Amino acid sequence: MAALKAGTRFKSAVCATQVMVIAAPEGDLELSCGGSPLLDVTADAAGGEIDADHKNGTQIGKRYVNEAGDLELLCTKPGEGSLALGGTPLVLKEAKALPSSD
Amino acid sequence: MNTMMLLEMAAQAMSERAAVQCGDDRWTMAELFSGAGRVASHFRSLGVENAALLDVSSPAVPLSLFGAGWAGLPFVPLNYRLTGDELDALIARITPAVLVTDSDRASQLEGRDGLTLISRKELLEIARGSAEPAEPDWEMDPEEIAILLFTSGTTGVPKAAVLRHKHMVSYILGSVEFMAAEESDAALVSAPPYHVAGMAALLSGIYSGRRMVQLPNFDAASWLGLAHKEAVTNAFVVPTMLARIIDELETGAAIAPASLRSLAYGGGKMPLPVIERAMHHFPETAFTNAYGLTETSSTIAVLGPDEHREAAGSPDAEIRKRLGSAGKPLPGVEVEIRDEAGKPVAIGDRGEIYVRGEQVSGEYKGRGSLLVEGGWFPTNDGGRLDEEGYLFVEGRIDDVIVRGGENLSPGEIEDVLHEHAEVADCAVVPIPDEQWGEGVGVAIVRTRGSEVSAETLQAWVKQHLRSSRVPQHVEFWDELPYNETGKLLRRKVKEALGGA
Repeated sequence: MAALKAGTRFKSAVCATQVMVIAAPEGDLELSCGGSPLLDVTADAAGGEIDADHKNGTQIGKRYVNEAGDLELLCTKPGEGSLALGGTPLVLKEAKALPSSD
Repeated sequence: MNTMMLLEMAAQAMSERAAVQCGDDRWTMAELFSGAGRVASHFRSLGVENAALLDVSSPAVPLSLFGAGWAGLPFVPLNYRLTGDELDALIARITPAVLVTDSDRASQLEGRDGLTLISRKELLEIARGSAEPAEPDWEMDPEEIAILLFTSGTTGVPKAAVLRHKHMVSYILGSVEFMAAEESDAALVSAPPYHVAGMAALLSGIYSGRRMVQLPNFDAASWLGLAHKEAVTNAFVVPTMLARIIDELETGAAIAPASLRSLAYGGGKMPLPVIERAMHHFPETAFTNAYGLTETSSTIAVLGPDEHREAAGSPDAEIRKRLGSAGKPLPGVEVEIRDEAGKPVAIGDRGEIYVRGEQVSGEYKGRGSLLVEGGWFPTNDGGRLDEEGYLFVEGRIDDVIVRGGENLSPGEIEDVLHEHAEVADCAVVPIPDEQWGEGVGVAIVRTRGSEVSAETLQAWVKQHLRSSRVPQHVEFWDELPYNETGKLLRRKVKEALGGA
């Protein structure tokens, strides 16, 4: 599978979370939210329970990255589940302080 | 990707926050969102291909911009100073189109082929109306065109820069933190809608959650008055605006607003004396120089507040010079300096500025992409990078003076002249020369009361640069010709000094 394109959107199967891909590495990615695989944003809601180990929530406008730093997702709708790649939780990317230029 | 996504996020997370105001007309994020949905429904019903705007700043600008994005139409903000044939030519290039404009213009333009007119007042009524907003069904194709922006055409027929949703969204995601503004923050928006800085200001304001206070027609007294009245914390100005604001402060008619935390400037070269005076009058304000082009979705490099202070206070001449630099590229933007053959030059050498990044379009409608191998955009701006990676911009490549086979950069000579205490402004241009092909001509604006001579200024240049750079023809003018967004009309200077 080719790298996910920037701009691709997913939603959680088990909570309100929606994300957009900012950057992604090549290959098959096992992305999940709340412990269940992420769905295409247009898919019907699957329902189900949030896994208690993946229940830290997502915040709108925040970016989530893997440890390698090559996967980056932007949360466009918040929810109660948390994001993971291959079962490993993604972490909040620290905001870089840029001067306001406009 | 769609710029609408930015507004949707803001309306979700900050629905009741003030988004934009102009005079007494105020819109929250939620109102802007539903208003854009009604505008989108209306635009769709018209069967047009573009949504254009020929008007000053007002809430109709973000409503049309987002309404167009929602409806899947390119938004085309036109320069409201254009009239007659120039305007007709641009309109012919975008029809069938809907055009949002003021009532006077709307009646003048009635009956044009392919043009559906909506007055500003009508558009605001549609947006405030009771109709159901469109379903949130905007296209998320990142390749769709978000904005078509005609370049100012200072050198010829205006070109329509194509800014796709991916470019604008990448710029915002790369440079603005979502909801970073405090609820009490306010940005004073004085860049006109037809300037890329005006478009960028709207998107940044929405995404950061900073209330936007629009100033439709700039003059220094109104700008200062509004900044005081609305406790403005952030603003962007072009260099000519900043110079006028300082002049106004120096007359004693107004004082600097203490609320102003951040003042960004760009859109043209800032003369060093102007920024130094500005830092003196706004001692508590953080200054940011933003360098960018229409074709790069606005800002690609910034000189931040700390760098301003460090450069201004440094005893080291090399560091002090950085006050005249464009700073360093934004994260996600790469900059290279290349020679005429397109090969990168050594650090410190002059050449053409090339830029690469997700926000870089480099495409004109009907002309295709100007990107070269590897996705690099040749900006046609000349410049250099110093040892620390600071970018110095030295004017358009086309402006280079070719004297006996030697390329002279007007910017380099102008920088030296600006450092002379009695030079208020200057423009160096090529003039015909029988012996060398081209020679160096300069139009100088002296500081008030100065009677400095051409010989003194020629000697000053000779003291700092090689003798080939010394202007052979010096004229003294009352002022230089600038367009309304602060761009020097170099061609006019060139014509007046006898160049073609």
